[in-house]
Amino acid sequence: MNLKPWIAAAVIGMAGAAFAQDDSTLSIDGEDFVTETAAPAHLDNLSTIYSGWRFRTPETQALQIDDFDNPAMIFVDQGIDLFNAVDGTEGKSCASCHTGGPEEFAGLHAQMPKVVDGKLVVMEDLINTHRQEVMGAEPWKWSGADMQAMVALIGLQSRGMPMDVVIDGDAAPFWEKGKEIYYTRYGQLELSCSNCHEDNYGNMIRADHLSQGQINGFPTYRLKQAKLISRHNRFRGCIRDTRAETFAEGSDEFKALELYVASRANGLDIETPAVRQ
Amino acid sequence: MKHIIGLGLAATFAATIVGAEAVKPTQVVFEDGAIAASLSGAAGDAENGAILMNKGSGNCIACHSVDALSDLPFHGEVGPPLDGVADRWSEAELRGIVADAKMMFDGTVMPSFYKTTGFTRLGDAYTGKAHADGEVQPLLTAQDIEDVVAFLVTLKEE
Ligand code: HEC
Ligand code: HEC
Repeated sequence: MNLKPWIAAAVIGMAGAAFAQDDSTLSIDGEDFVTETAAPAHLDNLSTIYSGWRFRTPETQALQIDDFDNPAMIFVDQGIDLFNAVDGTEGKSCASCHTGGPEEFAGLHAQMPKVVDGKLVVMEDLINTHRQEVMGAEPWKWSGADMQAMVALIGLQSRGMPMDVVIDGDAAPFWEKGKEIYYTRYGQLELSCSNCHEDNYGNMIRADHLSQGQINGFPTYRLKQAKLISRHNRFRGCIRDTRAETFAEGSDEFKALELYVASRANGLDIETPAVRQ
Repeated sequence: MKHIIGLGLAATFAATIVGAEAVKPTQVVFEDGAIAASLSGAAGDAENGAILMNKGSGNCIACHSVDALSDLPFHGEVGPPLDGVADRWSEAELRGIVADAKMMFDGTVMPSFYKTTGFTRLGDAYTGKAHADGEVQPLLTAQDIEDVVAFLVTLKEE
């Protein structure tokens, strides 16, 4: 068999491993990250979970190990500007209330999404609620540059902490709904998230090396699109590719799916903002 | 069993008479996952089949590698390599697998290329929007299936 270039790339560093994720260790500015760990107990079909970083080429991986090379950091800087910018009828910025700066939010990302007053809330909801109700400002568009810059800035404060979302109690019905969506085979191609990211991670699908579809690095900077990609935008793209009618960004369905997918990463370190091809 | 064979014959008969009249996706008769006769009533064109393996709604090499198509980049690994597939399966079986692989392999991830019903949230191609009212087109036409099958039967190992 002629070794195709992508197979050659996938084999580098594998040293006979059973799957095609590589053996590299992610270390950012001297801090080691958990990119592989035992699957959380609720996961029936996987024994080990891996960060998407482990499935990328050495070139893409390299962009994430040094913050000076990470193109997402430009957007994080914009997030800092937005954090300090006065907006809305109340004449306030985020910093007016959060005087400790974005650092106040260390650990928050690890627990998102979560249920507040019976409603499932994701980071974008928290941001827009505060903009509207406290600042009297216009809500940001879900996948807009300003929104995702802020999500990335807040997420970065939890970088290196393990994902740890709650799935029981109030969260249980949302989690169940998300799980159902994850295993539903949508569209004319009749493919579920699990068909690609559980049954086939490590395999090539055309030019793409399938990962486990984890979201511990989101929002991620996507080289192809040269911007930060939201979780819901990624979900939309994957469902659209099955020739299905997708759900809307910010929909109850995608929030439930986000909780479920986040729970599949419980135990992996947060890498926000990650870099992808 | 008898009526299935009967239908199959009737379809072949009809195809012979009307020439270009294809078997509709909803009327295809599977026997142990195989389809006995040409869906279009005509023979397949292996050259066009090779093109469909790479392009458009076929894109078989997204999931399968095929050494005979090694000039094309990026063969997938989701399905088994198709080299020598004609040694493993008859033409009728290959036709059945390409038309609706779920009839041969229960629950397989391989899409059903000649099927128009039973989808969840069917979209309008790759737009992410809902499929509008109106007829659903299968991923491949009857003749496309025949062309792909004509290519697959050439995949013999020596
Ligand atoms: C037809 C195959 C396919 C299906 C079905 C699919 N995906 Fe994906 N997904 C991909 C590919 C290809 C990529 C890019 C490579 C990678 O990271 O796996 C990807 C990437 C992702 C990523 C980014 C991972 C990272 O580390 O950057 C997430 C998250 C994701 N998918 C979630 C989902 C969810 C949730 C579903 C179901 C709603 C889904 N996918 C369905 C093919 C698929
Ligand atoms: C999304 C992935 C996917 C796509 C696209 C796909 N297949 Fe498959 N195919 C599979 C899998 C997986 C199997 C193995 C069957 C099973 O599930 O056990 C398979 C099995 C087969 C087999 C039987 C192979 C053997 O050696 O037993 C043939 C023939 C085949 N596919 C042809 C095609 C053709 C032709 C196309 C395009 C028109 C195609 N496939 C598209 C995933 C795919």
